[in-house]
Amino acid sequence: MSSAFSAINTVQRPPHASVSQENPSVRSSLPFLGSTHKLRPNSLHKNGASIRRQSSIVAVSDVVKQKKTKSSSSLPNLLITKQEGLVLYEDMILGRAFEDMCAQMYYRGKMFGFVHLYNGQEAVSTGFIKQLKKEDCVVSTYRDHVHALSKGVPARAVMSELFGKTTGCCRGQGGSMHMFSREHNVLGGFAFIGEGIPVAAGAAFTSKYKREVLKEADCDHVTMAFFGDGTANNGQFFECLNMAALWKLPIIFVVENNLWAIGMSHLRATSDPQIYKKGPAFGMPGVHVDGMDVLKVREVAQEAVARARRGDGPTLVECETYRFRGHSLADPDELRDPAEKAHYATRDPITALKKYMIENNLVEEAELKAIEKKIDEVVEEAVEFAEASPVPVRSQLLENVFADPKGFGIAPDGRYRCEDPKFTEGTAHV
Amino acid sequence: MASIFQAVGAARALSSSNSFDSKKFYLTSRESVSERKGSIFVVRSDGRMNSGRVDKLVTNAVATKADSAAASTASKPGHELLLFEALREGLEEEMDRDPRVCVMGEDVGHYGGSYKVTKGLAPKYGDLRVLDTPIAENSFTGMAIGAAMTGLRPIVEGMNMGFLLLAFNQISNNCGMLHYTSGGQFTIPVVIRGPGGVGRQLGAEHSQRLESYFQSIPGIQMVACSTPYNAKGLMKAAIRSENPVILFEHVLLYNLKERIPDEEYICNLEEAEMVRPGEHITILTYSRMRYHVMQAAKTLVNKGYDPEVIDIRSLKPFDLHTIGNSVKKTHRVLIVEECMRTGGIGASLTAAISENFHDYLDAPIVCLSSQDVPTPYAGTLEEFTIVQPAQIVTAVEQLCQQ
Repeated sequence: MSSAFSAINTVQRPPHASVSQENPSVRSSLPFLGSTHKLRPNSLHKNGASIRRQSSIVAVSDVVKQKKTKSSSSLPNLLITKQEGLVLYEDMILGRAFEDMCAQMYYRGKMFGFVHLYNGQEAVSTGFIKQLKKEDCVVSTYRDHVHALSKGVPARAVMSELFGKTTGCCRGQGGSMHMFSREHNVLGGFAFIGEGIPVAAGAAFTSKYKREVLKEADCDHVTMAFFGDGTANNGQFFECLNMAALWKLPIIFVVENNLWAIGMSHLRATSDPQIYKKGPAFGMPGVHVDGMDVLKVREVAQEAVARARRGDGPTLVECETYRFRGHSLADPDELRDPAEKAHYATRDPITALKKYMIENNLVEEAELKAIEKKIDEVVEEAVEFAEASPVPVRSQLLENVFADPKGFGIAPDGRYRCEDPKFTEGTAHV
Repeated sequence: MASIFQAVGAARALSSSNSFDSKKFYLTSRESVSERKGSIFVVRSDGRMNSGRVDKLVTNAVATKADSAAASTASKPGHELLLFEALREGLEEEMDRDPRVCVMGEDVGHYGGSYKVTKGLAPKYGDLRVLDTPIAENSFTGMAIGAAMTGLRPIVEGMNMGFLLLAFNQISNNCGMLHYTSGGQFTIPVVIRGPGGVGRQLGAEHSQRLESYFQSIPGIQMVACSTPYNAKGLMKAAIRSENPVILFEHVLLYNLKERIPDEEYICNLEEAEMVRPGEHITILTYSRMRYHVMQAAKTLVNKGYDPEVIDIRSLKPFDLHTIGNSVKKTHRVLIVEECMRTGGIGASLTAAISENFHDYLDAPIVCLSSQDVPTPYAGTLEEFTIVQPAQIVTAVEQLCQQ
């Protein structure tokens, strides 16, 4: 990937245009389908494949596409084995089914607040996170349910957390936007965009520190930071790109470019909408990949993870993807062009993988149906578990504010406040 | 924890502007220089109460070597050092003790720290353990938090505390909150430290008191050091604490000299320090204002007052036990701080004391704070901005009249 640097450095930036329609240079190199300008008819006639980027950085997606077209005609050169395919499929189905159930539960008044669903983007989560070991870390944003699920957090723990129950992965204290799991190394769940990227850089720093200072020579843990197109305009993003490249941190920056930051189209917010180009500016490879195709994402992820594990440093991966639902369950989603939504619906990653596996005789349809049924049961069980779980009691209020509760200080009577019996009841005056 | 101060008047005279060269610290006090016998002054806080000294009429505000019993340094236990050296000593001891302790900040490595607190550490521990960061406070503070969540114990240095305003997002949202929002799964044992406070004509942006902004953040502890002894002790305690701790140092206090014990010690993060026991009035203070208070105390003692001076040290949470016992004894409270009047530590402390010890008060709590102005550059205006010993004396006299 490093050979792509030179090509990118010479790309001309298009002159400023608020709506890119008029600007020929942007239009020709910019196949984004933001609703601010009409869909180009020729894009729909392409062979069901994704819009090709004009960039020379992307090696993989083209290679993968070639592989794909070949494989539909002749059998060798399959991208995945049956087993791998089933793992991917099950994970994506879990993500989809879970999020659909969240929507249902939200409208039934079981969960509250801001809930951001991941429908449509499953290929990114599955494609990347399934390349990780348990010790690797994942950092996400508020759209984090599926990242947690892919990393291995049980569905019942996530659902309980959403219901605000004490059996949730964060004891009900985090909520939809703050999924954490120490066991599975999910480092959040952040409500402010960009806030998690430095934390991810820190986790990657720890990995490097362990290897180089603590001399744990086999420590090759990598960290993945997931965030959106809106975040790619935020200072923390750029600061962390710099630090990660500077110190060759084992981190992968995954941009889930779904073209919309609530109601702000990526094209209206960004001077140069091609986010992957920002990688080479800091000295790391920038890769663009079709985020609706889990096999392509997987290929890129493998390369990026291997790079990080070797100690070669960070990678910036831009996944072109789409969210089928609104920004959150409170978003009426009126701004996006229905034609755009329809277009991406035809590129549903789950349908695409299913088609691939069946056409290549990796599985029978019945097996996939069995998986879907199994996942339905898992999700149902998660809901039942969450329903039946207790709500947090008063005594939980003051726990966990401090790791060392002496931090609440010394009360007038000379004892530490945490020694006050009312403290454990949650009614102590702090 | 009783301490007796031989000479504190020179506190105002300490220079901060020449922070880059530790060997040259000159006095720029506007008082006469003739009485000064050298460029250091000695602070004794040896924990022994010597009531005889308290009544003695002191003519000099500044200790001269002649009248200081500490002059015979060779026979006394412990070793003498400056406050920034004490911080470094504490830091180094903790880094030796635990390999997960690391430092991150601007110019902490090769430069040795803009106030020399980390001098010599990078050659000893390497560039990764004493990490020179780019100028990106929010991101490297966030990075420290991520590192802390995954097992390290980082110390973040803000070159000036004011720069940490840029890190407010990470400090408030992540540092303070993540232990709670993760349901207790992740601990964040970071220490965030740096010099703050009003210096010597550094201008408004370099003269900020961030303790007032950070105090509402749930989940963090704040301490302020004021002597080499408590600087080292608090540094060590903060590093060992599992909670995120913000350690406030003061630009003008780095060159304070004191004799500290050779053996290892730690100061308690949540406790206040009794500086001078007394009967008539409780004066609560912290950081640099401690020295203004002690200077005023000299005058007050000569006038016949007996102030009890407590350095609260723990800005969040307050040590209401020490403070409360004092209030119950003296029934009068004066708070002297460097924060602004609005929303400062003094304001919170006033509220806390009113709430808890209202019945013990014979007079309203008086809080002397800095003016609510951006610190001016001009020396005269800067002097008017912060609390001066004369104001403290007047306030005590007024309070004790009631």
